[in-house]
Amino acid sequence: MSRIEVDEKRCKGCELCVIACPFGVLALSDVFSSTGYYPAKMVKPEKCTGCTLCALVCPDVAIEVYKEVKKTGAKK
Amino acid sequence: MKEKKVFKRTKGLTDIPMRYCPGCGHGIIHRLVAEVIEELGVLKRTIGIAPVGCSVFADEYFNCDMIQPAHGRGPAVATGIKRTRPDCIVFSYQGDGDLASIGMAETVHACARSENITIIFVNNAIYGMTGGQMAPTTLIGMKSTTTPFGRDVKVAGYPIKVCELLAPLEAPGYLVRVSVHKASQVMKAKKAIKKAFQVQMDGLGFSLVEIISPCPTDWFLTSLQAVEFAEKQMIPYFPLGEFKTPYKKEEVKKEAKEGIEVEYRTDFN
Repeated sequence: MSRIEVDEKRCKGCELCVIACPFGVLALSDVFSSTGYYPAKMVKPEKCTGCTLCALVCPDVAIEVYKEVKKTGAKK
Repeated sequence: MKEKKVFKRTKGLTDIPMRYCPGCGHGIIHRLVAEVIEELGVLKRTIGIAPVGCSVFADEYFNCDMIQPAHGRGPAVATGIKRTRPDCIVFSYQGDGDLASIGMAETVHACARSENITIIFVNNAIYGMTGGQMAPTTLIGMKSTTTPFGRDVKVAGYPIKVCELLAPLEAPGYLVRVSVHKASQVMKAKKAIKKAFQVQMDGLGFSLVEIISPCPTDWFLTSLQAVEFAEKQMIPYFPLGEFKTPYKKEEVKKEAKEGIEVEYRTDFN
């Protein structure tokens, strides 16, 4: 399963990643971060495909994306 | 389960968190420029020029040598650096107040001399740092703190289209306008920035990338509304596309087939 990591010290809760995600994986958190914003977090982690669209639109470079490497079917 | 890091922070940026407003396009553009510099392998011989404006602290964020000249004098200082150190890659990062208002003379003459420099021109249609005053690129009828009833053409004239202004000159190598309001446009913007640096490395002359960037704070909108405003109001007035390119048309068509689909405009060539 692919996943993203949001750096809460950098995230300012601008919601751009939330609308960029085609699967609705992301939403804003209910709790403040240490900088006083509501950071983005994964709410449907099982739907993440590691497409990096959220990271592309992040103005604060707060998102890192990890993509799952499938063993079967990779080499044919 | 194995996993691979497919998106990481570029080495072209420092670790300092950016102090821009939430939803500001400057952060995206900083990342694109830094990624391009890193990918071209010129990080150690790049000299950047920070503007006066919101991105005045760009020297803290870029991981290359930076200079902070007087307001609007980016192209003039870039000219000096490039002429004394021709081996360096020089880029000037400027906003619309910096480039299109106080620095217009420097910009036009650097372009007319076809200095071998790259200019990243961030167009957010407002003076951001000083509190949202009207800029030369503010749209007609757009509200700012100095035009509270909307920009009136009889008083303030029409917005300046910088790419269209520079395109009729003989000299410029590469002029393009892109946007960063959504993911697909961010990818196109990165390709355009990479091409602009490539033009400089090939010694083909002046390159300018104009980037439409949302400014939620001074447009008095939320970040999502600002993205919509950029798409529905800014882009119809400032059409995206390439205005001038030093590469031949066949190469451009070939690239277009391979998927680099910036909307090419040929009527200025």
